[in-house]
Amino acid sequence: MRGAAPHQKSPTRRSRFGRQNRTLWFWVFVGPFVLGLTLFTYVPLAWSAYLSFFDAHNTVSPTEFVGFDNYTAMLRDDAFTDSLLTFLVFTAFIVPATYVLSLSLALMVNRLRWAQAFFRSVFFLPVACSYVVAALIWKMSIFNGVRFGLANTVLGWFGADQIAWLSTTDPPWYWLVIVTVRLWLQAGFYMVLFLAGLQRIPPRLYEAAAVDGARPGWQVFRHITFPQLRATSVAVVLLLVINAFQAFDEFYNLLSDSRGYPPYARPPLVYLYYTALGQGQNLGLGSAGAVILALIIAVVTVAQARWFGLGRKED
Amino acid sequence: MPRNLPAHHRRGDGLARAGRAVRLVLLSALALLFLLPFYLLVRNGLSSEADITSPEWTFFPGELHWGNIRELFEDPDVPMAHALLNSSLIAVLTTLGTLLLASLAGYGLARIPYRHANLVFYWILGTLMVPAAVTFVPSFVLVSSLGWISTLRGLVVPTLFQAVAAFIFRQYFLGFPRELEDAARVDGLGYWRTYWRVVVPNSRPVFAAVGTIVFIGAWNSFLWPLVIGQDREAWTVQVALSTFTTAQSVNIHELFVAAAVSIVPLLVVFLVLQRYIVAGVERSGIDD
Repeated sequence: MRGAAPHQKSPTRRSRFGRQNRTLWFWVFVGPFVLGLTLFTYVPLAWSAYLSFFDAHNTVSPTEFVGFDNYTAMLRDDAFTDSLLTFLVFTAFIVPATYVLSLSLALMVNRLRWAQAFFRSVFFLPVACSYVVAALIWKMSIFNGVRFGLANTVLGWFGADQIAWLSTTDPPWYWLVIVTVRLWLQAGFYMVLFLAGLQRIPPRLYEAAAVDGARPGWQVFRHITFPQLRATSVAVVLLLVINAFQAFDEFYNLLSDSRGYPPYARPPLVYLYYTALGQGQNLGLGSAGAVILALIIAVVTVAQARWFGLGRKED
Repeated sequence: MPRNLPAHHRRGDGLARAGRAVRLVLLSALALLFLLPFYLLVRNGLSSEADITSPEWTFFPGELHWGNIRELFEDPDVPMAHALLNSSLIAVLTTLGTLLLASLAGYGLARIPYRHANLVFYWILGTLMVPAAVTFVPSFVLVSSLGWISTLRGLVVPTLFQAVAAFIFRQYFLGFPRELEDAARVDGLGYWRTYWRVVVPNSRPVFAAVGTIVFIGAWNSFLWPLVIGQDREAWTVQVALSTFTTAQSVNIHELFVAAAVSIVPLLVVFLVLQRYIVAGVERSGIDD
C-alpha cells in the first residue's frame, strides 16, 4: 500500500510541479506525437475532403469547383460499388474462417501437456512473413495454374484436371487462393490473443462445472469457455473486419500483372490505388473515394463497438 | 483432480486419452501444413529453374543450388542488396522513432495532470477509427506536395505516429508503480529526468514488445512504400519482390531465393524475441 495519495501536494512538489509547469511538461511529452499525428492524419483527411469537391487531375491545388460531382460519380461507378461488394464477400469468408481456425488452434494448443511452446511457435511463425512473400508462394508455387503447381499436382494424383486458380471466374476459384493466404498469415496472431484470453479464465469455474456434472468438451465450452472469452472475441472480430476492409497487399500481388488488374476481386483500396495513382491520377475522384471509405469504416467501427457494448467501463 | 468425480468422468478416461491422441495428430498435421509454405520457399529458392518447372513435381529438388544466392546478388537487373539496405534503414528508424514518440506521449497522458488531457487522448484515439491504409490517397497528396516522394523522409516520417503504440504505452504507464517515481521526485528529478532515469530503464519489456511489433510491421509494410518509394533507388524489399512477381520479369528460382533472403532478418528477430512479440500481440489486441 502506498503511504501518500498520488496527487498530494507537498510543499516541494508544488514549487517544482506547479500547474503552469505541468502544462508545459505535458506538451513537451505529448506535443510532438500529437503534432505529427495531426499533420499526417487529420490534415491529409481534411485536404482530401477539400480536394474531393474539385476537379483535380494530376494536381493537388485545383481551381475548378465541382460540388458533389466526384461523390455522385464514385457512387454511380459500378467498379466502386463492386469493390464494396468484394469487400463484403471477402469479409463474409475471412472473418468466420479466421475466427474458427484461430480459436480451435488456441483451444487445442492450450490443452497440450507438452510441446505447447513448439506448436504455438509453428502456428505463430507466419506472422513474420509479409503478404508479398506469402502471395508469391501462393501464386507461383502452390496455386500456380500450370502443371508444376502443387495444388494441380495433387489434383493430378486423383486424375482431376488442372485448374487456372487465379484466372477462373466460374466457379471463382480465386477466392480459395485469396482467403487461404490471409488465413495462413493471420491465424497465429489471433490464436495468441485467444490463448491469452483462455489463460485469464479462473480455473475454479472449470472445477465448479466438473462438480456440477458438466461433461468436458462441448458443454464446458458452450457454458464456460465461450462466454468467458467474450471480450477477446469482440476484439478479434473488430480487428478482423477492420483489417479485411484495408485488404490490399495480397489482392494486388496475387492478381495484378504487367497488363494491370483483372475486373474481378477488386477490393476498395485496390480500386482507389488505380483510380488515384494509376494513369488518370484523378486525385479529386480518389479523394472522394477515400472520404467515403473513411466514413464507412468509422461508422462500422462505432456501430460494432455499440453493438458489443464496448466503451462502457468494465472494471 | 477432485476426489469424487461423477461416474461418467471415470468412464471417460479412455475416451479422454483417445481425445488427446486425436488432438495431437490433428495439431501435427496442421503444423506440417503451416510449415509447408516456408519449405516451398526454401525448396524453390535452392532449385534450378528446370527442377521447379519440371512437370513431375518432386518434394526434394535433385540437388541444392546454393549458387542461387550469389546469382541473386550479382544480377544487375535485381537491386536486392540496395532494397535490403533500404528496408533495414526504414525498419530501424521507424521502430526507434515510434518508440520514442509514442512512449513520451503515453507517459504524458498517463502521468502528467493537465486539464484537457482527455480531449487530447480522444484526438489520438480518433485516428484508430480511420486506419492509415484508408487515407493513403490523401497522405500521398500531402507527401508529394512536400516533395518527399522517393525519399527516406517520405517513407519513414509519416509512419511514425501510431496511435496504437501510444495507447499501449499509456495503458502500461497507468499501471507503473508510483513509488519509483515518487522516490525520484524526492531526489529532486523533474518529469523529464524521472522519465529517462527511472521509468524507461524499468520498462524494458514493454519497449521490446512494442518495438518488435513495429519492426515487423515496418519491414513487411507494402502499400505505403509502393506509393511513396516509386524510384528503383527507393524500393524496399517488399516493393522489389512485388514488382518482380507481378511483372514476371525474373526467373522463378531467383524470385524465391530473393523472398527467402527477405524473411531471414525477421525470422532471426522472431526466434530471438518471440516472448516479447507474443507480449506485444497480447497488448495490441486488448481494446479497452
